[in-house]
Amino acid sequence: MSAVQPALTMRGDSRVRRRRIVNRLAESAATIAALAAVAVLGIVIFSVAKRAGGELSWGFLTEDLPTFGQTGGGIAPLIVGSGILVGIATAIALPLGVLTALFLSEFAPRRLSAAIQLTIDLMNGLPSVIIGIFAFGLLVYGHTQSAYAGGFALSIVMLPLIARSTQEVLRLVPRSQREGALALGVSRWRIVVGIVLPSALGGILTGTVLAIARAAGETAPLLFTTSIFVNQLTTDPRHAMPNIPVQIFIWSESADPEDHKRAWASALVLIVFVLLTSLLARLALARTRRKLSR
Amino acid sequence: MRVSMGVVPATQELTEGRRVRDWLGDRIMFGLTLVAALATVAIMVAVAYKVVRGADLSFQAFGLSFVSDSVWDTNKEVYGAAQFLFGTAVTSLIALLIATPLAIAIALFLSELAPRGVRGTVGALVELLAAIPSVVLGLWGILVLGPFVANHIEPSLHRSLGFLPIFSGKPGSSGIFVASLVLAIMVVPIVASICRELFLSVPSELEEAALALGSTRWEMVRGVVLSSSKAGIGAAVILGLGRAIGEAIAVTQVIGAGNSGIHASVFATGDTLASRIAGQFIGATSKLQISSLFYLAAILLVIGLLTNLLAQVIVRRFEFQRVGAD
Repeated sequence: MSAVQPALTMRGDSRVRRRRIVNRLAESAATIAALAAVAVLGIVIFSVAKRAGGELSWGFLTEDLPTFGQTGGGIAPLIVGSGILVGIATAIALPLGVLTALFLSEFAPRRLSAAIQLTIDLMNGLPSVIIGIFAFGLLVYGHTQSAYAGGFALSIVMLPLIARSTQEVLRLVPRSQREGALALGVSRWRIVVGIVLPSALGGILTGTVLAIARAAGETAPLLFTTSIFVNQLTTDPRHAMPNIPVQIFIWSESADPEDHKRAWASALVLIVFVLLTSLLARLALARTRRKLSR
Repeated sequence: MRVSMGVVPATQELTEGRRVRDWLGDRIMFGLTLVAALATVAIMVAVAYKVVRGADLSFQAFGLSFVSDSVWDTNKEVYGAAQFLFGTAVTSLIALLIATPLAIAIALFLSELAPRGVRGTVGALVELLAAIPSVVLGLWGILVLGPFVANHIEPSLHRSLGFLPIFSGKPGSSGIFVASLVLAIMVVPIVASICRELFLSVPSELEEAALALGSTRWEMVRGVVLSSSKAGIGAAVILGLGRAIGEAIAVTQVIGAGNSGIHASVFATGDTLASRIAGQFIGATSKLQISSLFYLAAILLVIGLLTNLLAQVIVRRFEFQRVGAD
């Protein structure tokens, strides 16, 4: 560069240099910011893994919760409880979300579609603590806490996520396929059941898995609906159900270092589940997108 | 006629049956999806209704002065939201001040700077940061970040900038500053991923033209990418703000549940609207206290809905502009 341009850069030399330095600074700042974000993720995962390492064992995953002041114990009731709660939530949110998305993409008139779309976006931005207090006011106040109430609250977290991801894959199903079928005289519902849903199925499932990963870590909706529970395995959804996020919250507020250890170990279980499922779902989603848009 | 009799009625029968079934199927499909869509809307309406109705008792007792009153005394049964509004505003503001430049820088790295392979990996990692459950981030905040900040960062801030009222007071491992940092960590991936999409949608002809005219990459970014995405960045930041305002669990864990009123120091403990609701709900016994927590939730709901609406409006107008410009 310097061999070719000396005459050119003679006058603007210092300005060019300054511009280049500013550019270099900006580029490094952007790179450092990206590295910092990755570093924070690494530090959080590392801290959790390091502190959980000693506590995590087969027994920790399979035993009942410790009673007060006791050492040892496990989190089997929490794992089962979280599974049931997320199961209930999925059972509500999956059909509701998919059908809502189908309505928007296949049937809704423009105006109505915009209003429902806005509702979904607003629901997606709803603070989870408000979802919790709503479920409390609707199902718990005057009754008792229950897994039904908790599952319902979680389903409100999942519903907009599933509706949106379904909408996105539905949009990717080529118009030409629908129009071709319509031209052959196939009815709307047969097109939906026979063409649209099958080609969108993969995307809907991965969207659901992402929503599950999100719901599994949600604490606030459960804090109001299923937080006062026994320390044994419970499978009856009419009662409050032990679950991982609320128990981590309770243990993290405790002063007992034993409880902190249990909180770390449970956090590792939760974080491994959440990160692995969302990572896999994201990979699958990218593949579906590529396949459909080809 | 006779010959075709054997054929035609049969096909007619078939189409007849099929037509009925298709008619029915279409109606059922339409009905089902319509009911689901209306149910979704109904849930949203029910949320707003239930939360506002829950605040009735407290509204009758304190009226609108609840918003400007900063006393929260469970023994005397006097409740007000002002200090939590203050806590919410301060924590979200600090979080955004930290997160916005970082998020924009990350988005620029991902959209303009990073080589292809790195782009995918780093982008995925940044999104994973958003997937960490808030209760885990809060646990980390109270047991790792809090003590670190109290021992290393806050003392030096206090020493060098302690003459400013915001950095006065005693460093502590839980408080407004730590809560803001945790919130910043939650907001960064949200804002960054929206901004990345924005920057990627800037027409590459414009970028290449700027480069061809001899601008450096930074000048191109400033003059083309950033200036054409201003409104979108604004919407992204507002969406991040919505997240920061509404986060309850992680903030409850690290903010220290202070009842210290409105004060200047960021090292002191405090509480936000969301964290007060999450922190006091389990222990709440009196009807008035529960109702007052509903009142806090109603305020939070209004603020949350307004910020989200604002962001949606900006996004829609912006998309319209972009599409219109093409």
